Amino acid sequence: MKAYLSIIKIRFNLLLQYRIAAFAGIVTQFFFGIIRVMVFYGFYSSTTGSVPIDYKVAISYIWLGQAMLGMIPWNGDSEIQDLIRTGNVTYELVRPMNLYNYWLARAFALRAAPTFLKSIPLFIIALLLPKEYRMELPPNILSVIGWIVTTFGALMISCTITNIINITTLYSISGDGIQRLLSAIVTLFSGMIVPLPLFPDRLKQILSYLPFSGLVDIPARFFTGKIIFNQLPKYFSFQIIWAILLYGLGQWILNRKLKDLIVQGG
Amino acid sequence: MDIVANELSKVYKIPKRKAGIMNGLKSMVHREYEEIVALNKVSFEIGKGELVGYIGPNGAGKSTSIKILSGILTPDSGECKVLDKIPYKDRINYVKNIGVVFGQRTQLWWDLPVIDSFELLKDIYKIRFGDYVKMKKELIKWLNLESFINTPVRQLSLGQKMRCELAASLLHSPSILFLDEPTIGLDAISKLAVREFIKKLNKERGVTVILTTHDMDDIETLCDRVIVIGKGEILSDGSLKSLRNRVSNERRLILDFEQGKNTFSIEGATLVREEKNRLIIDFNPDIITPANLITALSTKYKIKDILIENPPIEEVIAQLYEELKI
Amino acid sequence: MDSIKLYFKYLKLNIESQLQYKASFIMMSIGHFLITFIDFLGIWVLFQRFGSLKGFTFPEAALFYGIVHIAFSITEAWTRGFDTFHKLVRIGDFDRILLRPRTTVLQILGHDFQIMRVGRFAQGLVVLIWAVKTLNVKWTFGKTLLLIGSIIGGNFLFSGLIVLQATLSFWSVQSLEIVNSFTYGGVEAAQYPISIYKSWFRKILIYVIPLATINYFPVISILGKTDSLNYPSWMGWVSPFFGFIFFILSLQIWKIGVKHYTSTGS
Repeated sequence: MKAYLSIIKIRFNLLLQYRIAAFAGIVTQFFFGIIRVMVFYGFYSSTTGSVPIDYKVAISYIWLGQAMLGMIPWNGDSEIQDLIRTGNVTYELVRPMNLYNYWLARAFALRAAPTFLKSIPLFIIALLLPKEYRMELPPNILSVIGWIVTTFGALMISCTITNIINITTLYSISGDGIQRLLSAIVTLFSGMIVPLPLFPDRLKQILSYLPFSGLVDIPARFFTGKIIFNQLPKYFSFQIIWAILLYGLGQWILNRKLKDLIVQGG
Repeated sequence: MDIVANELSKVYKIPKRKAGIMNGLKSMVHREYEEIVALNKVSFEIGKGELVGYIGPNGAGKSTSIKILSGILTPDSGECKVLDKIPYKDRINYVKNIGVVFGQRTQLWWDLPVIDSFELLKDIYKIRFGDYVKMKKELIKWLNLESFINTPVRQLSLGQKMRCELAASLLHSPSILFLDEPTIGLDAISKLAVREFIKKLNKERGVTVILTTHDMDDIETLCDRVIVIGKGEILSDGSLKSLRNRVSNERRLILDFEQGKNTFSIEGATLVREEKNRLIIDFNPDIITPANLITALSTKYKIKDILIENPPIEEVIAQLYEELKI
Repeated sequence: MDSIKLYFKYLKLNIESQLQYKASFIMMSIGHFLITFIDFLGIWVLFQRFGSLKGFTFPEAALFYGIVHIAFSITEAWTRGFDTFHKLVRIGDFDRILLRPRTTVLQILGHDFQIMRVGRFAQGLVVLIWAVKTLNVKWTFGKTLLLIGSIIGGNFLFSGLIVLQATLSFWSVQSLEIVNSFTYGGVEAAQYPISIYKSWFRKILIYVIPLATINYFPVISILGKTDSLNYPSWMGWVSPFFGFIFFILSLQIWKIGVKHYTSTGS
């Protein structure tokens, strides 16, 4: 356990060293957020029909997505992927710890550290913007609690997906294409680009069963008060069940591949 | 004169880095600079067909000088002329006449056969077809590239790559060649091949060669003249022999004997080390000539073999640095 | 003339060397195709929900989208050398370029041409063709010319931005990411007609980084719409030239950068 903790600690320190990169990230996320908010403003002002969520909710949802961008599993752990590409992954196998859990701990650090660093300034900026761009605070304290709990759930899903991305590198050297595709799917289906409540009803229903909705949509809907607090057990267990399933899936893929590796002699 | 450098000076401004978030933010608005003198009034001349070693510790100003001479850096003051042109003015016309090899970098197309890079260089340098074919053929022969000229660069050994690198820098028949650590990281055989080639190029083609290196064997086997630079100033410029003399003119005698006395006392000579049936002696030829020393020794020892050598160049350079406190 | 011959030689070598990794090339191209397609899905979702965007229908928006993405894919392909220029400076390979008797611009362009951007290009083309077929536009010679001019002008504008970004790396590598975010943010913003944005942001897109000129004015002319912003109608015909002028200006600034480099040796 101690080893895992120290991995996480190292990652945090590393990130703090790259402050300029973090600052650039904040600027980027803010810029994209503003553009998206203005696009939504345009759409909302063009319609007279009824929309599942109103404008205020939509833009809070968007800002939340931008602030928590670091948590979206849109790429793998580049160091692990390099190890795999160069074949040095065999050294990892001789470490005295479970490879899968070790990678998972790294994934946790990879996701949690930048999110932590970048989200706070972005929250502050988004809350202080002029009225029509501004993110609204949650309606009550229960929404905040629901949001925090489901954000934790989202992190669990994110880590397990990240780890699966790491492992897919074992399958093809040219995994780059697949990974970019995966990142596009994750960003759209999680609600990052367009809030899931705005999707066509059929599609919305399908997406709500997929793990990606647990990444952005569920926490955002708690935050904006669209899901009431007593639904928390239901949604949180949805996230945890997916996290466990994905954990098992990743383990299974890895074991299968490791067997091959050992047979072929790496 | 192929190269004339006259009081070249160059100062770098390096932004100061401070730790801490606040300082990081501050430095975005206002930066403080530290000034580092890379060259301080450096002057030298190099004649046509010379093969000059340009040496000095890291950060001494070697690469700054080479950059100025090759036209990719403008000096703060002073001037230089290479082949009667000012290198950093009208870069495109100037660089046609020079070749540069960086030992640690490649100019070859990584994924493609060597010959493809050559063909590209032919077009980059606008080499006339006839000249290109002739030069290519010659370089392939001299550097023995035939067997791997159609192999992708990424599959070549370091030594093979360096040989191709040399050829690539010479396709356009430059009259001056700058070599920056051409033997770095090479195996012993490749080193010999590269040195052999440089020598041949200089002697037979009359190409002026400026060589920077940390490998003293390169200097010893190749250079008639050595320029030593340290802290941005020329410390010594002259033949290898005069460099040795400048530091100390002592020479070393190694004596193998069958039997003899244990005591040693000859004026002008000092005993450095004593091994079993062997003496290592440094002597000053101004005080005692080698002939007199040997005569003196032969009266005391039954000599089996004698060897007189110069102290190794590494020691000379180290001593020079020591003396000048760099 | 001679330079063009050399450029084609570079092109040939680029294609040959990238085709050495065929599997990777194909995967990346497909990846690029699908990523942008999923991106487009997000826009489709919004039009499904809201019907129109400030007077623009979905096929009309698709025309904007297609132009921007085709233009940007061309930029990404041929200015890749500038896009990754900071690496060239860092490893010192820019010195090598300076040592050759050719212009730096030609050598950097030749140094890296990314053929796999054909994926984004193809996707943009698919969207554009769909939009052209769906829209009720009479494609006169003039309008066709305007469409092509808009794409070429857009390409030059984006290329100018990439060159400026590369120029910045002569001074500071760390701030690159921020500028980078503006380029990509610009692509994001120009996917929609700029009339939907707030006036302050619109002004930036017209006067500061003239991204709007590449598609907004020409498309308005093509669609025969009356411009809600009341700009004169000839704007559509001159705006593709803005892109080209912007590019030429960027090259001048680039020259200043090179001069700075050769005088400070950063």
